[in-house]
Amino acid sequence: MSEFLYVFRGGIEGGTPEQMQQQMQKWVSWMKQLGDTGNLKGGQPLEKTGRVVSQKNVTDGPYAEAKDVIGGYLLVEAKDEPHAVELSRGCPVLAVGGTVEVRPIAKM
Amino acid sequence: MTTTIDEHLFRREAGRLVAALTRIFGTHNLALAEDVVQDALCRALEVWSFHGVPENPGGWLMTTAKNRALDVLRRERTARDFAPELGRLLETEWTMSPTVEGLFAQHEIEDDVLRMMFTCVSPRIAEDAQVALVLNVVSGFGASEIAHAFLSSEAAIEKRLSRAKATLAESKSLFEVAGSERIASRLDAVQRALYVLFSEGYHGAHPESAVRSDLCDEAMRLVELLARHATTATPKTHALAALMALHAARLPARLDAAGDLSPLLEQDRSRWNRELIATGVRYLEASATGDSISVYHVEAAIAAEHTTAARSEDTQWVRIVQHYDRLFEMQPTPVVALNRAIAIAQRDGPSAGLDAIDAIEGKSRLESYPFYFAAKAELERRRGNVAIARENFERALEHARNPEERRFFQSRIE
Repeated sequence: MSEFLYVFRGGIEGGTPEQMQQQMQKWVSWMKQLGDTGNLKGGQPLEKTGRVVSQKNVTDGPYAEAKDVIGGYLLVEAKDEPHAVELSRGCPVLAVGGTVEVRPIAKM
Repeated sequence: MTTTIDEHLFRREAGRLVAALTRIFGTHNLALAEDVVQDALCRALEVWSFHGVPENPGGWLMTTAKNRALDVLRRERTARDFAPELGRLLETEWTMSPTVEGLFAQHEIEDDVLRMMFTCVSPRIAEDAQVALVLNVVSGFGASEIAHAFLSSEAAIEKRLSRAKATLAESKSLFEVAGSERIASRLDAVQRALYVLFSEGYHGAHPESAVRSDLCDEAMRLVELLARHATTATPKTHALAALMALHAARLPARLDAAGDLSPLLEQDRSRWNRELIATGVRYLEASATGDSISVYHVEAAIAAEHTTAARSEDTQWVRIVQHYDRLFEMQPTPVVALNRAIAIAQRDGPSAGLDAIDAIEGKSRLESYPFYFAAKAELERRRGNVAIARENFERALEHARNPEERRFFQSRIE
């Protein structure tokens, strides 16, 4: 088993209350499924705001375009990379135009 | 932490919260109230998606919206006017928090939803826009969903809504229901809007039955709100609630096991909703307290005759014809006359029914209505005129508005 980081970007914001509720419920059941199979190790949604720190200064941001904003991350355990990709396919962000970046966690 | 929630929670809470926030911000700031609610729902989407639905989802949304509202009030109280009747209460931190807190109490929110309904039916707003506005603001449907339900375009509904909202923004406060002298005419308008909403769901042309039952459910939820409040629980409100419950009780049997339309007299009555029938009858009794009779009373009485007959052959057609006579006096339209003629046919036979149809004034207006031809066809068939019956079923088929109607008329031709 290896660990992977899922990074979620983009996806339509808003919509009608009915659409938002449906989207939320898809996420809840997708996460539950990952939890039930023991693949989900953790994760959090992220605020849209924050700071970008460099050697010289600290700025507000990141002000990326909506499609590039990271909405959250998950830590997932999978057999290998193809399996991790397979597990990410059910993510509801895909259906609304967003992406999941699947990154293996580097091992010691 | 996965709580199962009402499948329309977001939509319904949106309506309640927009009403509560508009009370605080003022009607001219409706758009601001809608933004705050949209923010709260977005927040729920982000957080619940990862952490699951909280124990008290409605309370979570309310707290989120309330905190956001307090932020807005603090930030903008020098730049914006809010609800005039709250005036100074929002000016200092000492009075603002308790005021807002108090306005988010459950019974206050319910009153605000009522005020919002009355506000949406302003006489300065066209009737069709009133219905769209109630659906949007009070029931939380988006323009796309309203357009879908009314078989209209999203752009047309958007336009209708934004024009209506601009009109609302001309006044600063929600319509005050308690103690208003204008209550009677506004209540008429609210009842009419809910009646249209229900009818659209019940008889509407929309092919998808899910859409229809959503509209019926909303109309029934809102009429119950009227019936719960002393000022708005008039005999006419009760009659309207009765008519909705008695019609809705038959919804489960309108499509048979194969998904085909089933006419009233052929419906499997065991599939009618007993609980709704009992509710309807209770409302009908409550409606009999006044000294005037409305169209809703008569329509509810007709529906009650049907739903309380154990078998279709037990239907009291003599009484139903009397109700239709009365309804026609109040509302002399070709559709009422057609239904009256159908009842006469049940009482006196198909020839009498066809004579009554022939006698309908302005019956040319019925010629785009599929059930006009279907009624004639059915009565001709009973009289043994198979060829004429067939011809009329074919004309009904031409005017069918959705696949269910088409299948139904097709089956009658065969």
